[in-house]
Amino acid sequence: MKEYQEVLYGLYDDETDLMDAVKVANADHLDIMDVYSPFPVHGLDPLLGLSESRLHIAGFVYGALGTLTAFLFMTWVFTRDWPIIFGGKPYFSAPAFIPISFELTVLFASIGMVVTFYTVCGLGPGVNNPVLDDRITDDKFCIAFETNGYSNEEISKLKGFFSTTGASEVNTKTI
Amino acid sequence: MSAVVSPIREPLITGSKTYHQITEDIVSPTERVPGKAWVAFFMASVGVLSFGLFCIGWTIWMGIGTWDLNRTIGWGWDITNFVWWIGIGHAGTLISAILLLFRQKWRTGVNRAAEAMTIFAVMCAGLFPLIHMGRIWLAIFIFPYPNTRGPLWVNFNSPLLWDVFAISTYFTVSLLFWYTGLVPDFATVRDRATGLRKRVYSFLAFGWTGKAKHWQRWEALSLVLAGLATPLVLSVHTIVSFDFATSVIPGWHTTIFPPYFVAGAIFSGFAMVLTLMLVTRKLLHLEDYITINHIESMNKVILLTGTIVGTAYLTELFIAWYSGYVYEQFAFYNRALGVYWWSYFGMMACNVISPQIFWFKKMRRSIFVTFFMSIFINIGMWFERFVIIATTLARDYLPSSWSYYVPTWVEIGIFIGTMGLFFVLYLLFVRVAPVVAIAEVKSILKSAGDQYSKENARDNYNKMLNEKPHHDEHEHAH
Repeated sequence: MKEYQEVLYGLYDDETDLMDAVKVANADHLDIMDVYSPFPVHGLDPLLGLSESRLHIAGFVYGALGTLTAFLFMTWVFTRDWPIIFGGKPYFSAPAFIPISFELTVLFASIGMVVTFYTVCGLGPGVNNPVLDDRITDDKFCIAFETNGYSNEEISKLKGFFSTTGASEVNTKTI
Repeated sequence: MSAVVSPIREPLITGSKTYHQITEDIVSPTERVPGKAWVAFFMASVGVLSFGLFCIGWTIWMGIGTWDLNRTIGWGWDITNFVWWIGIGHAGTLISAILLLFRQKWRTGVNRAAEAMTIFAVMCAGLFPLIHMGRIWLAIFIFPYPNTRGPLWVNFNSPLLWDVFAISTYFTVSLLFWYTGLVPDFATVRDRATGLRKRVYSFLAFGWTGKAKHWQRWEALSLVLAGLATPLVLSVHTIVSFDFATSVIPGWHTTIFPPYFVAGAIFSGFAMVLTLMLVTRKLLHLEDYITINHIESMNKVILLTGTIVGTAYLTELFIAWYSGYVYEQFAFYNRALGVYWWSYFGMMACNVISPQIFWFKKMRRSIFVTFFMSIFINIGMWFERFVIIATTLARDYLPSSWSYYVPTWVEIGIFIGTMGLFFVLYLLFVRVAPVVAIAEVKSILKSAGDQYSKENARDNYNKMLNEKPHHDEHEHAH
């Protein structure tokens, strides 16, 4: 990770313009650092070459862990640690363990996934990521390029890209 | 990426909004000084809550003897209120999770507030079993923790313990789901704020910037959480119904309870969502986001679930007769014509008969009718739980122990106090958080905004067809 990043970014007024601009950037082999938007823009991920999120796989693992924790714990308590007969049922009365096993499956999967989500995204309480432009969470769609060590020629090429694709504003920022 | 919209679809966002206007409309109520109506309502809620806290303190100090429960009627207003509140919570999860899976776009207008309502309702519900224990300082005994008494574990075969797990899981998952949805919207508030406000919202927004990859993961997370919350919400009221159904009390020991309780929960929850949303949309001027179309959709759910509940009531009566089991027959005879006949009558009138007016479109789209119906249904569903609990217990197997139950001022005070708690939390929520999910509403603007719907949908489609060759040229140029 570098100490600082010089960023050249363009703001678009509409997600249609943004998508078209990303297509142009791909055709021109421009190296987009990141795209920011006020809401999830569908169809953007394949254009940016983002692979599908694997969060659901993590969720499955956490869920399975929850099921096993609950079921095995109850089995251990009622067959090994302190067997008690309830209502003449066998010590190992599996059907009665289902509700709690289910609840812990959901609990483990949810907490695990949420924690994983914030961890892999680098988000969380007290995190202050640099904001390129305050209007990105309002109504602007942003394409950003990292321009550390770029020559003037390269920068003017990027600026040309922004003007031909209809960016409403182009700015630089050091973050 | 303007999606092609069917011209017969009704718009979900009116007033030809732009993205910026959506932000402005939804965030501005949190930026203004609260109005007189808010302050008056808040003060009243705080007052009621204070009285409730006094009654809870009184109960804990003096003991459960301050309630009018007796050996015959061991569950009264406390468990009635518990089931009532937990049922109300169910609508929030239904709107935010089940309707997300069904791709119902109208949920975006109401999901945030409905989820908030879920969380607050579950908090009110959880209070009742705790104080009902009598010795609340021993409440930790309900959790299976290693202790010096053996360790002696809790009874994992008991539905009452399943309830502990179900409700604490439900509360946790609802809270996580709600907050994850709020993070991008808190970022929107943060980026408009200055000074101390900006620092507070920076903390709440968790450093959200709106990166494409983060949005992708956020959507994946929302979808899986919705998939988990859907069976969870069904399990919660199923387990609440097991508290009754696994007992051997006539009128409780029935297999119909789980679906009947879940339908009733959704029914009462939607009624409470409507009560809150009709007031909120008026006071915060959100009529463009919570339209008559939204209200009609919710009224359809009320009609459906109300009819399911009505069918369940009639099925119970039929099965009691058909079973030939005299105790079951007596239980239902007693419910309808016994000492608590008035609560059965209230239940039938409010839950089964009155919602049938929603067969008429004009009624579904009337704000006045909807508001009164939502209150009726809340009352009716409270009566339903009272009928199931107190009426059934009052006339048990032994006529010598038959009894009658009226609540004391302490029990009434605690119930009213939870209303105060609920409204205090809800009123604080509308002041600090965007009441409508901003990012989600923006994402449906192009397919559900009125400038893109109805007759405009056709124009829009034609315009898109005409624009197509232009785009191709554009790409060739590079």
